[in-house]
This record gives sequence, C-alpha cells and structure tokens, in this order.
Amino acid sequence: MALEDYKGVFIYAQQVDNKIDNIAYELIGEATRLAKDLDTTVTAVLLGSGVKDLAPSLGYYGADRVIVVDDPKLETYRTEPYTQALAAVINEYKPEIMLVGATAIGRDLGPRVSARVKTGLTADCTSLEINDFPINAIPGKEDEQKHNQLLMTRPAFGGNTIATIACPDNRPQMATVRPGVMKKLAEDTSKQAEIVEFNPELAENNCYVEILEVVKEVKNTVNIQDAKILVSGGRGVGSKENFKILEDLADAIGGQVSCSRAVVDNGWLAKDYQVGQTGKTVRPNLYFAIGISGAIQHVAGMEESDIIIAINKDETAPIFDVATYGIVGDLNKIVPKLTEEIKKAKAAK
Amino acid sequence: MNIVVCIKQVPDTKGGVVFNPDGTLNRAAMLAIMNPDDKAGLEAALRLKDEYGAHVTVLTMGLPKAEEVLREAMAMGADEGILVTDRVLGGADTWATSTTIAGAIRNLDYDLIITGRQAIDGDTAQVGPQIAEHLGLPVLSYTQNIKIEGESVIVERQFDDRYHVLKAQMPCLLTALSELNEPRYMTPGGIFDALDKEITVWGRDNLKDVDDSDLGLKGSPTKIARASDKVRKSDGELKADLGADEAVSYIVEKLTENNII
Repeated sequence: MALEDYKGVFIYAQQVDNKIDNIAYELIGEATRLAKDLDTTVTAVLLGSGVKDLAPSLGYYGADRVIVVDDPKLETYRTEPYTQALAAVINEYKPEIMLVGATAIGRDLGPRVSARVKTGLTADCTSLEINDFPINAIPGKEDEQKHNQLLMTRPAFGGNTIATIACPDNRPQMATVRPGVMKKLAEDTSKQAEIVEFNPELAENNCYVEILEVVKEVKNTVNIQDAKILVSGGRGVGSKENFKILEDLADAIGGQVSCSRAVVDNGWLAKDYQVGQTGKTVRPNLYFAIGISGAIQHVAGMEESDIIIAINKDETAPIFDVATYGIVGDLNKIVPKLTEEIKKAKAAK
Repeated sequence: MNIVVCIKQVPDTKGGVVFNPDGTLNRAAMLAIMNPDDKAGLEAALRLKDEYGAHVTVLTMGLPKAEEVLREAMAMGADEGILVTDRVLGGADTWATSTTIAGAIRNLDYDLIITGRQAIDGDTAQVGPQIAEHLGLPVLSYTQNIKIEGESVIVERQFDDRYHVLKAQMPCLLTALSELNEPRYMTPGGIFDALDKEITVWGRDNLKDVDDSDLGLKGSPTKIARASDKVRKSDGELKADLGADEAVSYIVEKLTENNII
C-alpha cells in the first residue's frame, strides 16, 4: 500500500478507571491543528471495557470520529491486549499520523505498537508541525523532498539539546506527546462525533500478564500543571528557608510555588514541584522564574507559558531569552516588596 | 536461571553538555558512564542472583569503547559480557537498535531480560518494550520489587498514581527504574576478575534472524530533520538598570496591564 493511502490524524484517547484523561483532549486539540494543515479529519481511538458512553465527550473537544474497542480484556491497562487493539485499529483504518500521550501508559503502549506495525516512534514530543522533509531540499534532488510530513520536536540529552525528527518512509508517523504541552479546545457539546465500534477479536497469548492487585497511592495534592500562576524558584533562591518569600508571593497573587531541578537536587522541595524536562511541563497564564538561570531542560518545561516574568541577578542568564519581562536584580530585595505591592493593589480593589 | 541485562554507555549529562563549534555533541569531552537506569536493572539482576542463584550476562551495543561498562558490570558481579559492535549498526534509532539487540539475544539462553527504563542521552524509554515485541515476550515496564515464583515473575509496575502487582510467565522482559535501588559498588576482587575475563565481541554476522534493511541508519524509520542546542528567543523586554523599587513598580504595572491584578 502506498504511503499516501494512509489518511487522517489519529489520537489514542487514554482512559483510566473509565475516566478520560486530560491528555486525550490535549491530543485532539493538537490533532485538529495538524488535520487542518493536511485537510483531513481527527479520529480518537478509545479502548477499554464499558467505555462507549465516554465517546461523545471526545467529540465535544473536537474529534470528528471515535473508534471504540470495547472488550472485557481491556478492563485494566495491560500492554498486550491494548497493543493488539491499537495495532488492529491502525492496520484496519490506516492513519497517516498516530499520537499517543507520553504517560506511564503511553510510553509502554507506543513502543510496543510501533514495533508491531513496523513504523518509527518519536518519544516525548513537545512540538509538532507539518512541513517538508528534508526541511531544505538538497540541491539537485529537489524532487526527493517529501511534503506534508509530520515533524516532531523533542528535547534530548537531558533537555540540553532539541531535535526535530521525521518518519518519511513508514506509516503511520507516530509520536508520544508530553502531557501539559498541547492546548485542548473549548468544550462544545453541540459537536457530535461519528462513533464507530470495532471488534479486533483479541486473543490471549503468552504475552498476557495477570493483574494480582491494583494499589492506588495517596499522592501529594500538589499539581503544578493545573495552576494558572506559578511562582517558580531556582538555585538563586539560596536555601530551603528562603522559599518562604516565594510562597508569600504565591499566596498574595493566588498562585502556586514550583521550582527547577537544582532545587529538587538540593532537597529544598519535593520532585512534585519540579518544572522541566525531567519534571513537569506547565503552561500557566503567568510564570515567575525567580533565581532560575534557564537551562534548556528547564525552559523545555515552561516556555509555552503565556507570560514569563524572570528575575535574576545575572544579566546573561538564558532565562531572559524566553522571558516576556526580564528584570536584572536581587530577588531578595524585589520579591518581598512585590508581595507587599500586590497585596496593596488587591486590597484597593 | 539465566538473566540478560542490556546496558548502554552514555555521556553523563548531569554536568551539562559540551558542544563542538559546529553544534554537534563533543562526546570526547564528556564523561562516559553506565546509564543509571541500566545500572539499576543490573542491580536488580544481581539481587535475584544473590537470592535465587542466576547466571547474569550483560550485553551492550555501541562503539568498542563501550567494553568499559561491561567490565564495570562484571566487577559488580555479572558473570559474562557481550559487546555488539559493527560499523553497519551506527546511527540506529530505537527500532533498529531494538532489532539489533533482539538479534543478539536470540543466540542466548534466557529466562529474564532486564533493561533500564530509559537512557539519559535519548530519554525515549522505547528500546526495552521494542526488544520484547521483536522476541514475542511479555514486557513489564517501570518495575520494582521483583520476585520469582516457579516459572513466573511477580513485580510492582509503577503508574502515575498507583501501581499494579503483575504476574508474567518467563521468559519475559522487565524495565527498571533508577530511583528504586542503590546499585552496589564494584569490589576490589571483582575489578581484578573483570579485567581478566574475556569479553565476547559480536558483529553483524552474529545477529540471528535480522535483515540488513532493518539495521543502522538505513534501517531506522525515524530521521533527524534538525538538531539544535538553542532555545527559541522571545521578543520580551529586559530591564537591567532598575532599583528594587522601580523593578517592583515595573512588574506591578505589567501585571495590571495584563489584567492579572
């Protein structure tokens, strides 16, 4: 089958405990953007047991079609039956693009599926675009340049470099995508997706594992990915105790404290608070980067924030390259005063 | 019991990355280490060896220099080391790498294959599950607390907010997390023995049931379109000469302009 016969942008709509994960909506949002460039449609693939009722909500967020595989073998996530189901959907419906969330599930399912359908997979992408490959045609070989390719960008080497990857000769072009990076569309309950039920006739084999127990862990309630305002500190804050001035600012402005990797490595805050390549990706309305130098691995986790205010005493700190407003100065003098001024401004309203 | 542990020699990214003037990585200037997750996988294998008795083989694919991590693994307690190295294997993506390693493992007797979750250079976490797929084995990703029960292995498989206790038939493949154990040190006797031991070196011809078209750069479905160590620049404002009070007024002004306060 020719590569151009593969059509449509597909996303894996992850659900856990029969609840759709946010990543599914984020992927639909991004897929909608890509589908527009390709003049094609968005299909969400929903796998599980008793999940059909969840399908319409995927339409509300922009999916044109939902393919549902409903089978008791898919009740709780296990690699093999989920791989069988997703690989069967790919072989039957032949998408040109297949996006999966880079979650603890997706980073297990994605590689297994890509190996089974024999295509490339780019891990943990933070940006996707439709473009030519090679990006610049090789002189004399202009006709070998392929158009409408998915270019997948991801950090590598601990976030110290950024690489853009293509998959020119295999289909689908597969990527896992970092949660929290892509934007979901606004919910519109008037949008109805076409719902298709598909039965791939899952068969048990040696790769099926037995689930002896499911143990849910009570997690710290901090979720920096949900915060609209983040007050983030780095090595420059100086000590665990000094994070108090950031907490005060966060309280005054109605935000949440977060941090860079150096802070976690120093034991000042727990890993749940970490923004960056090895931490969480965030895109709040407002991000304060206080005493953060801005290594690529940190920037990879926050550069999509709407407004970035950076305070650092080092004028050459790379954080100023991504900041909307950069202030060179002493955070110990600026932050407490800022907290007071914000309190005053809010009280005056 | 036979355990194969897949390990990789990687540049140590923790101290930052060194670039050549042309923007490529200067690997020679960076320390080469055993990938941390792989070391945790090796530790898990050595604990199984301590508890149940096992023959532990470490396998790596890389440049001839990667022999160093095999020696280190043997000094920690691994019994045997295999280096898969060949010019035709260079430039492999995760598909071609997993195809290569599966081709090497087909020559071995194994009950358990252990890989690290991911390598700190590529951070893909793909090679382990893909090896399992090529060999038709169950994969248990992100595992801890590995126990053997008859012909089965029981593990805790970590998810975001929970873990599953899973039971799989051997042979199977596990991926290990570096957070979950503290790898042992090499022993002086171990280092001495490791220097003495032969390392098995395999090339392309030793890979079993593998097509040339699936190897190296040519056999890699994914291709690099662009690589860069530069972050995107914003067209933001930078204020370098404000006193603390002026800086605060400036921020408050911007917060007000943007309807935040």
